[in-house]
Amino acid sequence: MRKDKPKDIVMKGLFTDNPILIQVLGICSTLAVTNVLKNTVVMAVAMICVCAYSSFTVSLLRKLIPSRVRMMAEIMIIASGVIVVDIVLKAHLPEVSKQLGPYVGLIITNCIVMGRCEAYALSNPPFRACLDGAANAGGYTLVLIAIATIRELLGSGSLWGVQIMGEWWTNWSVMVMAPGGFFVLAVLLWIFKGIFDREPEKEAK
Amino acid sequence: MNDTIISYFAIFFSAVFTQNVLLTYYLGMCPFLGASREVKTAAGLGAAVTLVMTVSTALCWLVYYQMLVPFGLEHLRFIIFIIVIAAFVQVAEITVERTSEKLYKALGIFLPLITVNCAILGVCLFMVIRDYGFVKTCFYGFGSGLGWMLAILAMAGIRQKMAKANVPGPLAGTGISLIIAGIMAIAFMGLSGVIKG
Repeated sequence: MRKDKPKDIVMKGLFTDNPILIQVLGICSTLAVTNVLKNTVVMAVAMICVCAYSSFTVSLLRKLIPSRVRMMAEIMIIASGVIVVDIVLKAHLPEVSKQLGPYVGLIITNCIVMGRCEAYALSNPPFRACLDGAANAGGYTLVLIAIATIRELLGSGSLWGVQIMGEWWTNWSVMVMAPGGFFVLAVLLWIFKGIFDREPEKEAK
Repeated sequence: MNDTIISYFAIFFSAVFTQNVLLTYYLGMCPFLGASREVKTAAGLGAAVTLVMTVSTALCWLVYYQMLVPFGLEHLRFIIFIIVIAAFVQVAEITVERTSEKLYKALGIFLPLITVNCAILGVCLFMVIRDYGFVKTCFYGFGSGLGWMLAILAMAGIRQKMAKANVPGPLAGTGISLIIAGIMAIAFMGLSGVIKG
């Protein structure tokens, strides 16, 4: 088996194999929670915890899980992590938890978590799997924060609830609503693909 | 009595149009982007989602209010809902396979994928958060499924036409689909004046 260096795993998760921009996974929650920066950060932290935890656990149990029921086992592991996160959020950040609504629960069906368990954790030792899970969730976080910054700044003229733009600023209310999320992600995807997709071609030549 | 019927209709209508699960809540984006290249696939997937969503939201309601709430186990709902959905999908797959070969060919490959479709779980969770009664839940589940199907069908239709369009390289594929989805979302939002609240 080829051994990846920890640094490579992190780089892959964060940039070159970014789960949202390159693999286009887990878009649902990406768009839904990004109209306010604060919620986004909470969501991203929740995501990192769940992803690292479930990759680690799946990897730890990978020799015990029969391959026929592995999907179900993975979902159970992920769901248990999400329940813990949900309860912690409700206890310490009730406001944010209310605004995030069902999206915390929807981490369970977020394809990134499941994808990392399937693609990496099932065939790699716990420590590296955990790092891989965290790195991918980290890549997700970066994109989420970028989108949230743009949307909150343009949509409400504020960041983290603090007013940034002056009196003269007119809110682009479409940015806080659903279509804004689609547009911002599309533009980010465009920029990112424009920069990164060329590199492998050059190397190939 | 009249009021309740109107409120059911309002829930149904808003689930299909103004609060479309896909275009307002971004649920079920992965299959939406992945399987919307052809109208035929989109129709199959849409029908499968509508079926599973309608029945599994109703089942989840029953399980949640009849089993979890009496025992104070609400926090287990994530796991339980997933199990209910997965079990129903499995049963539906077997039934369809046994009863109608034609239907199985049309829906069969999509059914297993649906277990991890976030739209289904999302609708189940929304139904709990919004405190719907049983009948409202049924209307809501069916309406959401139909809304999802409508969105993916429209998307597939547009994308088939788009195949000949000249889109800049890095934007092609997912990027342009997202922009189309955004424009569609604006169109659906335009209907929000029809229903108050």
